[in-house]
Amino acid sequence: MTADVINWGLLALEPPGWGGVLLAGLFNSIKIAIGGYSLGLVLGTGGACGKLYGGPVVKDLMEIYTTLVRAVPELVLILLLYYAGTDVLNRAAAALGYGTVNISGLAAGIFVIGVVQGAYATEVLRGAILAVPAGQIEAARAYGMSPLLTLRRVTLPAMLPHAIPGLSNLWLISTKDTALLAVVGFSELTLVTRQAAGATKAYMLFFCAAGALYLLLTLVSNLIIRFIEARARRGWAAPS
Amino acid sequence: MRAQERSREAASLVELPPEETTVDAMALTHLPSARGFLKPHRIVLMAIAGGLVFCAIWFLRWDWLPQYAGALAWGVGVSLLMLASTSILGFAFAVPIGLVQVTGPWPLKALAQGFCTIIRGTPLLLQLWLLYYGLGSLFPQFPAIRQSFLWPYLREAWPYGVAALTFSFAAYEGEVMRGAFAGVPRGELEAARAFGMSRWKLFWRIWLPRAVHRALPTLNGETVLQLKSTPLVATITVIDVYAVVSKIRQVTYLTYEPLLLLALIYLLLTALLVVAFRYFENKIPTRSV
Repeated sequence: MTADVINWGLLALEPPGWGGVLLAGLFNSIKIAIGGYSLGLVLGTGGACGKLYGGPVVKDLMEIYTTLVRAVPELVLILLLYYAGTDVLNRAAAALGYGTVNISGLAAGIFVIGVVQGAYATEVLRGAILAVPAGQIEAARAYGMSPLLTLRRVTLPAMLPHAIPGLSNLWLISTKDTALLAVVGFSELTLVTRQAAGATKAYMLFFCAAGALYLLLTLVSNLIIRFIEARARRGWAAPS
Repeated sequence: MRAQERSREAASLVELPPEETTVDAMALTHLPSARGFLKPHRIVLMAIAGGLVFCAIWFLRWDWLPQYAGALAWGVGVSLLMLASTSILGFAFAVPIGLVQVTGPWPLKALAQGFCTIIRGTPLLLQLWLLYYGLGSLFPQFPAIRQSFLWPYLREAWPYGVAALTFSFAAYEGEVMRGAFAGVPRGELEAARAFGMSRWKLFWRIWLPRAVHRALPTLNGETVLQLKSTPLVATITVIDVYAVVSKIRQVTYLTYEPLLLLALIYLLLTALLVVAFRYFENKIPTRSV
């Protein structure tokens, strides 16, 4: 009975099976997640510094950025940024006389995930920077360090252990947010799974297989995160 | 004053477990305060914002709006209904899921942990499609299901949307409730037992209210996150506000206008939720520290 219902051959890596296509989709998802997360970290560091140390206008602009991203669904943001981003880039290119540029789905995906992640990372990093004892930053300033040097030598290293739990959650969220790019037609894991399932009518099999792949990604990430966390906190007193 | 505020904020952020700081970072839970709104630079910023809004109204096309106003209102209603039903159902599941992880026997504990891990480890969109396309294609093969009274509902899309959103809320909130149940001071539970309360009475009178109180700020964030997840049901043909806007975009060939309106609608709904939660949080008497 079960041998008839579940046709494991569909998951084979070679073309009659769809396993290779799924793995390629997973690879695409991971690429976007890594790219978007990195971009988000850069935006988040800038955003957190702007929110804490910037002038009144910068502070307000950062507040607007994080408020908008945190109040509007990712799906809507992804659509807006996807169309607006490609449109603006095309118009800029046309104005500069390059004609239309072809923006790859990968770059657009990384951009939209990055902007969304940037707002989340801003809030996480801001909280972590606030947790650094003010005396340490004042001491750095008393040594005559410039603001950038203070940031690089004292604030960022000292806040990192506080930020790691939040940042690792953001990594897991960015791997799952890549699935939303299926809606704009980027062939990451969720979309290729749906295509494979639609072509073979084996919906359960393919969606469960994709779920297992996502779960595997999460569990492997968790292992790495635990290792990083232990390393970042090696100088701390053991929790009582 | 400022320094005090800052240090208090810092302390609260560090004490929170990582799930809750992440929820805070992802969902809007505090509206900007009206105090100090009229500073010179803010007036300039507001003037610029007003100019942008004016440009949006003047240069973009909004003539489709009256025609679709009714459909949009209906869509907002469907979205809010989805949010309310799945949050309430999900919370009802989250309480036992959190409780058995703190005090249950190991098979139940393992089951609850496995459920949370699987739901939290896979994207909601995939779960939704698994239920709708996967189960939806499996059910018709069983005559028993086809003949049951549930069949008329199982042929619709919304039960699958409700199920997926409920599971998701239950898993995320279950994890929060686990922390909240574990965080109720032992002395309070021992005092209740010393008063001769039965286990049920202790649970209903002491443990659950105290845990819900502890979880309330995070519950606010989780509900906002749930609101942000509801548009996903449009991908399985439930006609919520997102689906209405997608339809408008297809019919009118407009790219930005409907999406901007959609973002504005969600912004307002989020603000409404935050205000409602603030009202309930203020209703609970607390001793100020």
